[in-house]
Amino acid sequence: MKHLAIVSILVVIFTLLTNLFLQSVGLLPVEASTQATIIDRLFNTHFWIISFLFSLITVIVVYSLFVFRRRGDDETDGKFITGSNKLEIVWTLIPLGTVIFFSFLGAQSLAETTIIEPKALNVNVTAGQWYWSFEYPDFEIKTDTLFLPVDRQVKLTMTSVDVIHSFWVPEFRVKQDVLPGENFVKELYFTPTLVGDYTVRCAELCGGAHAYMNSPVKVMSETDFQDWVDTELGSVPQDPVGKGQKLVSQNGCVGCHSLDGSDGVGPTWLGLFGTTQTLADGTSVKVDEAYLKNAIIKPNAQIVAGYPANVMPSNYFDFFDDEDLAYMIAFIKSLQ
Amino acid sequence: MKKFFSIGIIRGFVFQIFGSLLGAGLFFGIRTLMGLPWKTEPTIVVGGLIGAIFFLIGNGSFRGWWKAAMGEDMPEAHEVKSFNGIRRYFEFTLDHKVIGIQYGVLSMVLLTVGGSLALIFRLELADSGLQILNFVQFNTLVGLHGIILIISILTGISALGNYLVPLLIGAEDMAFPRLNAFSFWIAIPASAILLSAMFFGGFETGWTGYPPNSVRGPMGIQMFFLGVYIAGWSSILGSLNLVATIIKMRHKGMNLFRMPILVWSILSTSFMAMTATQLIGLSFQLVMFERLLGMSFFTPANGGNPILFQHLFWFYSHPAVYIFVLPGLGVISELLPVFVRKPLFGYKWVAMSSLGIALVGFLVWGHHMFTAGIEDYLRVPFMYSSLLVAVPTGIKFFSWAATIWQGKIRFPVPMLFTLGAILVFLLGGLTGPPLGTVSTDLHLHDTYFIVGHFHDTMFGGFIFPIFAAIYYWYPKITGRKLNETLGKIHFYLMTPSFLLMTFGQMRIGLLGMRRRIADYDPNLGFDFTQLLITIAGYLIAVSVLVFFINLFVSAKKGELAIGNIWKSRSPEWSILPSPAPVHNYEGLEFQLVGDPYDYGLKGSKYVELVDTSNSESERVI
Repeated sequence: MKHLAIVSILVVIFTLLTNLFLQSVGLLPVEASTQATIIDRLFNTHFWIISFLFSLITVIVVYSLFVFRRRGDDETDGKFITGSNKLEIVWTLIPLGTVIFFSFLGAQSLAETTIIEPKALNVNVTAGQWYWSFEYPDFEIKTDTLFLPVDRQVKLTMTSVDVIHSFWVPEFRVKQDVLPGENFVKELYFTPTLVGDYTVRCAELCGGAHAYMNSPVKVMSETDFQDWVDTELGSVPQDPVGKGQKLVSQNGCVGCHSLDGSDGVGPTWLGLFGTTQTLADGTSVKVDEAYLKNAIIKPNAQIVAGYPANVMPSNYFDFFDDEDLAYMIAFIKSLQ
Repeated sequence: MKKFFSIGIIRGFVFQIFGSLLGAGLFFGIRTLMGLPWKTEPTIVVGGLIGAIFFLIGNGSFRGWWKAAMGEDMPEAHEVKSFNGIRRYFEFTLDHKVIGIQYGVLSMVLLTVGGSLALIFRLELADSGLQILNFVQFNTLVGLHGIILIISILTGISALGNYLVPLLIGAEDMAFPRLNAFSFWIAIPASAILLSAMFFGGFETGWTGYPPNSVRGPMGIQMFFLGVYIAGWSSILGSLNLVATIIKMRHKGMNLFRMPILVWSILSTSFMAMTATQLIGLSFQLVMFERLLGMSFFTPANGGNPILFQHLFWFYSHPAVYIFVLPGLGVISELLPVFVRKPLFGYKWVAMSSLGIALVGFLVWGHHMFTAGIEDYLRVPFMYSSLLVAVPTGIKFFSWAATIWQGKIRFPVPMLFTLGAILVFLLGGLTGPPLGTVSTDLHLHDTYFIVGHFHDTMFGGFIFPIFAAIYYWYPKITGRKLNETLGKIHFYLMTPSFLLMTFGQMRIGLLGMRRRIADYDPNLGFDFTQLLITIAGYLIAVSVLVFFINLFVSAKKGELAIGNIWKSRSPEWSILPSPAPVHNYEGLEFQLVGDPYDYGLKGSKYVELVDTSNSESERVI
């Protein structure tokens, strides 16, 4: 009985200490959405349960290891206790009740995180190897950065052009896989609550440059967001270079091809036009309009030496007409 | 030289290479005759398949069955003459103990290979930026690390089952010795094919092989699929054999609730492996067909459904987790009473909790798909069923704690690993519920938190227990004990390193580190923790190296194990000499006179040799 009393006190102390430790090290990123607050509340309940059960088992076991260890050369056996059905029933039923109650809490938490508000901002998300593209159907804007107003729910309608990707901003907590196919369009709702810069990171292994499939997310005040929309709408570029710049940023080209000369998954575009490049097969080619057009619509035909084949999507032919291609080439040409 | 080529495994590999070339050649030949050009992918798949069959022909796996099919006499298993010494481990032999050791060696070889792959990509991850690997190499290494270790675990639990079950239940051999040997030998070409994925362009999907990514990527994925498919046969046939053995071959008087507890967990595991493995085989086979024949099962553009694959895949791959850990938990329950010198607390409850885990394990696969886009009404039921696993698992933990309570605890190396297993598996278990409740899983899915969580469950449920088991039963195999000091170095180096590794993984996972990425954003501030994880990983490798050195050195120079060195009540220690004789209990009449774990009950025994003095006196007359 004495042992049980000591162990009980130790379990209580260690539970409190473990939980204090877990709370103080800062286990989770900043809470930047309504959903994050709800989810973190459930996390905290989890941390309590983990602290308690961890302390319960380790205290009993470690205490026994010290107190009930064999002394000297004692060759006798321990106490003959084969079990107790009463105890077994207790530690079956209590966990069973806890588990059911906990599942209920979980279901409640899920329901709260999936509440849909009437005036959500619509954004269509397209994911592809390896870029994110965001379209605002209400304003007819397309960008590669997700701009969001604070404190207004956003409804993402998501689809993929190739394999499965997954939309995740750690500060918002929620995550949703993005699937290809028109029957598999998925929706995700969340409400950003904190102005700031975040990053959406693809969370489902999607081959090759999966690690680099990130895009900036900017949460801004309602007025800043409106200003951004106005500028975007007012500043539709007219010249070919401007149109080309818009196309390449909307379609995620610059995720792999840098504009500042730094190395990426593909060759940089800075100063590319007019140079002579050595190809993987040893021949060399002059970078002119014809080469660039070919490189976009048949990316594997002429691979520049030192870069892997089969990395760039080979279905751009379906996306761009000749006019688009000319704009983009004009833009690349301008990067001298 | 001729002698070298007469060794079974060598002959198998020679035949496999020949068969692969033959298969590829035939396929190419037929295509050429039809006027079709060379196509690499189907050629290597046909070659790989034919190669595996030829391996089995080459090492003699089909010889007995072929004789039977031809109407000739097929000798009974124990009448077959086998090789002696080291040679028998490289041959198709029927003795369950030899097969158990073959499985064990294969498991350790794969453990080394799979672990080494991790060491390579951990080096890449020690620092942000890309240093030594490119994307394809990184993805291939991550995927192979996963699947090679899964096969290592499956062969490791087969080693336990094959070596121990007949000894523990007092049988002479397994129910189907030829099928037993066949299930081992089919795992060898399977492993070779799996590893060959590296040389056919690798694969970029991880071990989960989700389409449409697996439909599009490099063709190394085909060797991955084929390897897993063939290894699945090994698992299904092996567990079928164990179920039959446990049900039909128990010694007289050993009813189900008087079996050693490890046999219960192997029975539960075998039930699962026998019925669930088909699903992963099927799902991989469908993707193979999709790639080879253009049958669009999973690509939405042609009417397929990518989520269907995930259902089929996880219907095996979640129960698989319990397949991996149940035998390990059985080892914990088996060894604790011996070193605590106290009965196992609540034997029947512990036995039933294994079956409970097996049963509930079949109902929880959906929790891998909370973010996959499954129907909303499916998420909540899967949450309830997933958390339900905590109940039978809890029974095990409480029973272990109660077993240790008021014992007289000793601390030889197997006990240290048993205690390590309890601690590590506890951590694995406790980090599970946040993944089971949907809303918290929305944050944790596909992060390093999961990486930390399942390394805890795999180490606590398999790695620590298998080491405990090897330290405990090695003397029964070799007749010599493993070195205690080296064993302690192994334990005290591996345990803290491992804890550091998984705590680091879980910490950065919670903060936003994604799984399976070759490079991470330095702004996230994970560099230092990643470096620690890498260092910890290498320390684990060093400790395992110490273990391997111990295995080799002690085989020749270890302390002789004479008699019942652990003072166990179990028949293999209390009756048999070490090393165990070829035909187990042949010539030894014994009967069950008590329960397996009644330590502390004065004058009680579990098994007893029958007094043969009567028959002796008859002989004298």
